[in-house]
Amino acid sequence: MEIPTLPPQGVTAHTRRWRRVCKAVALPLAALALSGCTVPSFGASEGVTSTSRSTYHLWQGFSVGAAIIGTFVLLLMLWAVVRYRRKGDNIPEQSQYHLPLELLYTIVPILIVFGLFAATIVVENKVVANPTTSVTIDVNAFQWGWKFTYPGSSAVVVGQTTQDPVMVMPVNTDVHINLTSTDVIHGFYVKEFNFSRYALPGVKNQFTFHAVSTGTYFGQCTQLCGLYHSLMYFKVKVVTPSQYASWLATFNNASSASAASAAQTAQQTQNATHVPSKTTASSGAN
Amino acid sequence: MTDVLEHPIETPSHGHEEHHGPSGILKWLTTTDHKIIGLSYTVTSVLMLVIGGLFAEIIRAQLSTPNGSLVSLSQYNELFTMHGSVMIYLFAGPFAFGGLANIIVPIQIGAPDMAFPRLNALSYWLYLTGSITMLAGFFTAGGAANFGWVAYAPLSNSINTPGAGADLWIGGLLLTGFSAIFTGVNLCATIFYLRAPGMTMFRMPIFTWNMLVTGILILLAFPVLTAGLIMLYCDRHFGTHIYSVAGGGVPVLWQHIFWFWGHPEVYILALPFFGMVTDIIPVFSRKPVFGYKGMVFATLSIAALSLGVWAHHMFTTGVVLLPFFSIMSLLIAVPTGIKIFNWIGTMWRGEIWFSTAMLMALGFVVTFLIGGLTGIYLASPPLDFFTHDTYFVVAHFHSVVMALVLAGMAGLYYWGPKITGYLLNEKIGKLQFWFLFLGTQVFTLPLYLLGLEGMPRRMAIYPHDPQWKMLNDLSSLGAAMIGISTLLFVVNVAVSWKKHPAGDNPWDGHTLEWFTTSPPPHHNFYRLPQIRSERPTWDYNHPGHQALAHGKHAPAVPAEKVSTS
Repeated sequence: MEIPTLPPQGVTAHTRRWRRVCKAVALPLAALALSGCTVPSFGASEGVTSTSRSTYHLWQGFSVGAAIIGTFVLLLMLWAVVRYRRKGDNIPEQSQYHLPLELLYTIVPILIVFGLFAATIVVENKVVANPTTSVTIDVNAFQWGWKFTYPGSSAVVVGQTTQDPVMVMPVNTDVHINLTSTDVIHGFYVKEFNFSRYALPGVKNQFTFHAVSTGTYFGQCTQLCGLYHSLMYFKVKVVTPSQYASWLATFNNASSASAASAAQTAQQTQNATHVPSKTTASSGAN
Repeated sequence: MTDVLEHPIETPSHGHEEHHGPSGILKWLTTTDHKIIGLSYTVTSVLMLVIGGLFAEIIRAQLSTPNGSLVSLSQYNELFTMHGSVMIYLFAGPFAFGGLANIIVPIQIGAPDMAFPRLNALSYWLYLTGSITMLAGFFTAGGAANFGWVAYAPLSNSINTPGAGADLWIGGLLLTGFSAIFTGVNLCATIFYLRAPGMTMFRMPIFTWNMLVTGILILLAFPVLTAGLIMLYCDRHFGTHIYSVAGGGVPVLWQHIFWFWGHPEVYILALPFFGMVTDIIPVFSRKPVFGYKGMVFATLSIAALSLGVWAHHMFTTGVVLLPFFSIMSLLIAVPTGIKIFNWIGTMWRGEIWFSTAMLMALGFVVTFLIGGLTGIYLASPPLDFFTHDTYFVVAHFHSVVMALVLAGMAGLYYWGPKITGYLLNEKIGKLQFWFLFLGTQVFTLPLYLLGLEGMPRRMAIYPHDPQWKMLNDLSSLGAAMIGISTLLFVVNVAVSWKKHPAGDNPWDGHTLEWFTTSPPPHHNFYRLPQIRSERPTWDYNHPGHQALAHGKHAPAVPAEKVSTS
């Protein structure tokens, strides 16, 4: 088995990363200089779902606040250490309290906190909303792979460690996910969705994605789940609704018996030895 | 306030000359003197810092290539588990409340020793035994614990993590947990009952205040962890099903128990270091701490809030009430902000002396500001969904804990001369500061970007994403700088060994520990000054420069007052 490389996406990942690094560093400064026509990204990206964009905007809001407060406090400190460095042996005025000032720096942060909380609640309600949907995918995490089942059809995708199973979902459609785990806790995380959720044994976690652009996106287990945690990848392929329908149809056309046996085979490989083919990943339990 | 200082109180001289204990190794083994126990704690915990730091350097070396092969996947899991465990359980807490607080708190309140000296000794021996027990996992056939320092069920059960390493981890943590509980009892009892005449609660130094609140938090939080660990052990060996679905248990229960301890623990670790900085900044600014009472109430409200925020570690479980834990977590920013403004207010219009201790304290404030601001993001559930278990979180808490290391170093440079009687070299100290401070930023800032690029934590290899190498290398450079700073500290201790006698009060200190000798005698004091404010030593040395009463804003400096006696 070879570890698959990133599919070509027009711009290489390397370039994208450099752009992002430059954006994160340069844009806040540029925004300050140009009195900010656009809000900088602060290192994040808007992602490809409707909720990932809400999260991104919340991120920007928090970042603007943090940048302003951080800069203000650092400037105060800088002023203090430059202006009030020791010049002689005199003893300064021993002042200790200034009630109006103390009230100011207590009440203003409280107001800021409630502002942040209000913004949080607005976005949170969008992100955790579960509208009724026509498409449902059951996602099951196991050591060390993923199984995507499509209720109402015979489509099942299973893959482990280096096989990178692909979760196919339609674009511009609400897709309901039921997330479970068969053994330990795993983390279902798709970077371009700006979202993660634990796959818990004994709990069905439910959430909804509404992808707004097609493409293939990487997903990964983010919660430590044992030896091959680092290799528990999957892909999310967002396709047009017609492509999605024809993809589902390939499973329905195949005889149900062969589909079931394919799934059976895939399940059995889980129980085979889990040593990945990647030789550099020197492994071996204990 | 009285204008005329009276004679210092002479303590009865018996009890000092009478003390003829054993000497040498036997003295160290049998002592109940809080200063010697505290020094043992300090040396042991700094050793733990070095061990945990070595694990960190190996982790950084492994991540220097996408397919790192320095260690195996299972060894990597052991390394980051033990790195976190050693740093959190065996370094940061014991260093603060077992080490410096143990030595300094009784002296700051004018007490001869801790309230329960033998219990204090037991604390240290439990801590040492627990540390050895936990680290002994590396010498078992299955290796050390490898389920992360949080030991999430069901990964930590006997099916997924068989082997003695995990049991030794549980045992070691139980022992150090009991040691912490006993120290908490001791701190509370000492501070409530052994204060010198005149040392009212609102005249206690902020460090002592913070240690009192830390002691209370220890008593509230650690028993919960102890219970949780015993249940985990029962699940592993006695067939109970408290955390396993199969027997009707609930895996997430472990997370609730762990974080009900774990979030107060964050403040159990942080409050002592806040206290150190709050004692250091006023001394080197030649001013009383700004907003003393506000500072105390900020500490109390941090402690109160910290008991109601644990589930912000569990937002992505999908089974906790998001808005409640979000607002509680956000609110902690308010008292923390008050502290930062108080530190700046203390420096304002002061006369700042940039000693190594002061530089380290300033480095703490800047680093903690970064860690604090990024913590606010994580209190917002949507942003937590976005960054949870990525390097953004790793970067956030490393900004915070590296700030604590800076504060700890400030504490060592500030109180070290009091404990040993000798000053540390300031030139090497300042070099150490720059390596530590800049190294910390070079180490953490790339990790924030890595997290935003989607790199999950606890990854031994990242073959799919070789583009993460550059930021990882930058971070490793910072880790190397931090390593060099630690070496510089060791060099400094060796170079300055018994070279420059410190005298009783090298920094023109404010609090009682600077009134006694360096090192203090057995039972700490031959005499005490009148305690009329939270700065008895300053008042004694500068009778004309007492602090302004609450609410008075900038009146003229009062005339020199008579200090004859």
